[in-house]
Amino acid sequence: MPGTDGEAAPVILAASRISKSFGEVPVLFSVDFDIRRGEVHALIGENGAGKSTLIKILSGLEQPTSGTVELDGAPVRLPGDGQAEALGIVVIHQELNLAEHLTVADSIFLGREKTRHGFLRLGDMRRDAARILDMLHVRVDPDTRISALSVADEQMVEIAKAISRDARVLIMDEPTAVLSATETETFFEQIARLKASGVAIVFISHKLDEVMKLADRVTVLRDGQLIATVSAGELTPDSIAQMMVGRELSNLFPPKKEPDVDAPPVLRVSGLAAPGISDISFTLRRGEILGFAGLIGSGRTAVAEAVVGLTTASAGKVEVRGTPMRFADVAHSVAAGLAYMTKDRKGKGLLLNVGLQPNLTILTLRRHLRNGFINEASEASALARAVRRFDIRARDQSVRVGQLSGGNQQKLMLGKVMEAEPEIIIIDEPTRGIDVGTKQQIYHIIAALAAEGKSIIVISSEMQEVIGLAHRVVVMREGRITGVLEGAEISEAEIMRYAAGLKKAGEDERISA
Amino acid sequence: MSVSAHDTAKPARGFKIDLKTAGPLLALILLCVLGYALNPAFISEGNIANLLTRSAFIGIIAVGATFVITAGGIDLSVGSMAAFIAGVMIIVMNGAVESMGVGVWTVVLGCGCSVILGLGAGLINGFLTTKAKIEAFIVTLGTMGIYRSLVTYFADGGTLSLDSDIRDVYRPVYYDAFLRIPIPVWVFIIVALVGWVLMNRTAFGRYCMAIGSNEAVARYSAIKVDRVKTLTYVLQGLCVSLATIIYVPRLGSASAATGVLWELEAIAAVIIGGTVLKGGFGRVGGTVVGALILTAIGNILNLTDIISNYLNGAVQGVIIVVAVYLQRGTFRRSKRVSAE
Repeated sequence: MPGTDGEAAPVILAASRISKSFGEVPVLFSVDFDIRRGEVHALIGENGAGKSTLIKILSGLEQPTSGTVELDGAPVRLPGDGQAEALGIVVIHQELNLAEHLTVADSIFLGREKTRHGFLRLGDMRRDAARILDMLHVRVDPDTRISALSVADEQMVEIAKAISRDARVLIMDEPTAVLSATETETFFEQIARLKASGVAIVFISHKLDEVMKLADRVTVLRDGQLIATVSAGELTPDSIAQMMVGRELSNLFPPKKEPDVDAPPVLRVSGLAAPGISDISFTLRRGEILGFAGLIGSGRTAVAEAVVGLTTASAGKVEVRGTPMRFADVAHSVAAGLAYMTKDRKGKGLLLNVGLQPNLTILTLRRHLRNGFINEASEASALARAVRRFDIRARDQSVRVGQLSGGNQQKLMLGKVMEAEPEIIIIDEPTRGIDVGTKQQIYHIIAALAAEGKSIIVISSEMQEVIGLAHRVVVMREGRITGVLEGAEISEAEIMRYAAGLKKAGEDERISA
Repeated sequence: MSVSAHDTAKPARGFKIDLKTAGPLLALILLCVLGYALNPAFISEGNIANLLTRSAFIGIIAVGATFVITAGGIDLSVGSMAAFIAGVMIIVMNGAVESMGVGVWTVVLGCGCSVILGLGAGLINGFLTTKAKIEAFIVTLGTMGIYRSLVTYFADGGTLSLDSDIRDVYRPVYYDAFLRIPIPVWVFIIVALVGWVLMNRTAFGRYCMAIGSNEAVARYSAIKVDRVKTLTYVLQGLCVSLATIIYVPRLGSASAATGVLWELEAIAAVIIGGTVLKGGFGRVGGTVVGALILTAIGNILNLTDIISNYLNGAVQGVIIVVAVYLQRGTFRRSKRVSAE
């Protein structure tokens, strides 16, 4: 419990028995967490384990449903809208929040500019910024514009900003996700320096090697539950992976029906390279469900987008049913029977301000034309079919799609893609942000499609999903395929080892099945 | 043209939406009643014909603008484009008198030039926005300046006048009537009907709405975004050329002052009609009503002396702001529902 270890440094910020629900969805269950002065505390867990929510509560962006946050041993109610910074709690988010047209000095003092008689004291601010940057050994001119900085330097500016606010607790969400190896080294030195000056640091990371190297203590969350808080010395990579996963699969998933042994390959990708990915090779057979696992940002979506022609591949080959293809845009790939369903249903998948019907048919509008005019009767019957087939529930069919629940939006999007009658379907995050009941429906739909002879790629950050659905699993890390798992090899611990870079396929690279 | 009201309101959505769709039409009717009350001459056949004819220029251009705006773009160059096209038409027709004589074919040649120039100018705007990836506002601000200064240059700072013999041949296009409806009004009606069908009954219209609503979704849905966007500008250019064809015989001249502020009146008509300025939702029927409202305001001020005619712009401005405010209100409400 917080603050009970006598000889350890004093606890600055603690969460005690924190629970949090969004609507009726519980995301944290009675979690305890504490941060001591001069310590680096890593927070790890799978996607959706509740790490971000915990951080939001610790920084006041969210209020807990129950439980208390304690600052220096006294319960506090942290103010929202980032005002917790005044109490010395500073968060550096994964997407850096800097205005690119401001200078470094402007950015460091943004929101608390030094003024005299209402005018900015530019000289003072520039001098102070230079002093802080100097202290951090960052060689950046305070007058440089943010847009001219590298991502690593931008992060240093964020840290400088945090220090200028006298941060006592610095919370970082995946700070090294965007850094190269050398930049990461420099970043580690900064962390060591901050730690020595007594700042308490919390960081979320998916890279287990970093966690081992950097952290004093590690807290593992799984499904919103606190699994353990242990000192880093007691851990091995395997024991961390074990703690992060290790849950039983429920009967959420339909039984797997293996594709025929001699099923022909319908999609063969070899040596594909595109922005963010390189040397991607895999095969997909008829009737197969191929899972793509990996951490967020490991390049799975980039693979799908390069395959269907949303981005331009710089090298490599895509063969559909033995014919080499180079898709210039989505229209081509859809015509070739290959459809991609985006994970970003609100940003890229659906038109939120129109009804169900235009959304369903937008991809295949040509089929509903008669003499060049849209035949609404044909559209309406397509919608009726899709509503039946995918069990889309809407109050009535004229509601805007933005008003549907996430699950119904997802089913509508599936309907839209299936309207194109593709033979190969790439589904990116099939169940992101939807309830369990709908998840199960979608899993059954996917399995049924595969049983019909469609070939499906499921990209998912939920490991259970990949394991429960896929016949084979491709694991990606940092834009490359690190392993292809099959049959009994498919387990969460094994996927995690490949995804976190603890294991590589190495010499026995399996390019084809 | 009120057909559009039937279309969007077809599913039983309740009274609120009906009212919103019919809003601009109600405003127009109210305005007409007001006009009649202030001066019964408002309803005379001569005045109505005059009002409709006047609204045809802005109305035709605004139908084109409805597509550009629905697809998330904007075209500020239409007024200068009209002046430029009018200038070139006059130069070409005057020049053709010697070789072709004074006849219908000379006028046809001028009109052909107009159409080609309109399509070409639209294509330029379209390519610069989609291929060169410059914001539409900046592209059309640039072309607006270019066309305006070209017409000033052609006219040498003065006025380009159409040869008076050709003018006599060309005159009926503006001044004659068919079935008691002036020719420009016929053109307006046809453009509006074609525009309505394009917007509501073809894949092109659907794609415009999809692109304006969310370009990423459109791209992920296999829509050729660049091509559709370019086409909206080409369509806009065609509308400008048609409007110019019926405008030239009215005065038979073109100068630097031709078509000044037409772009803003066209955009205003589109917005008053219920099309959303940031794209995604377009109503051709509403645009027609919007153009009529703008012209009716000027007309009523001319017929009465309660408000000075010099305040025409002020009254129009108030109407625009109120229309957009009402639009915002309804959109914000629907957004809140979706967040739940």
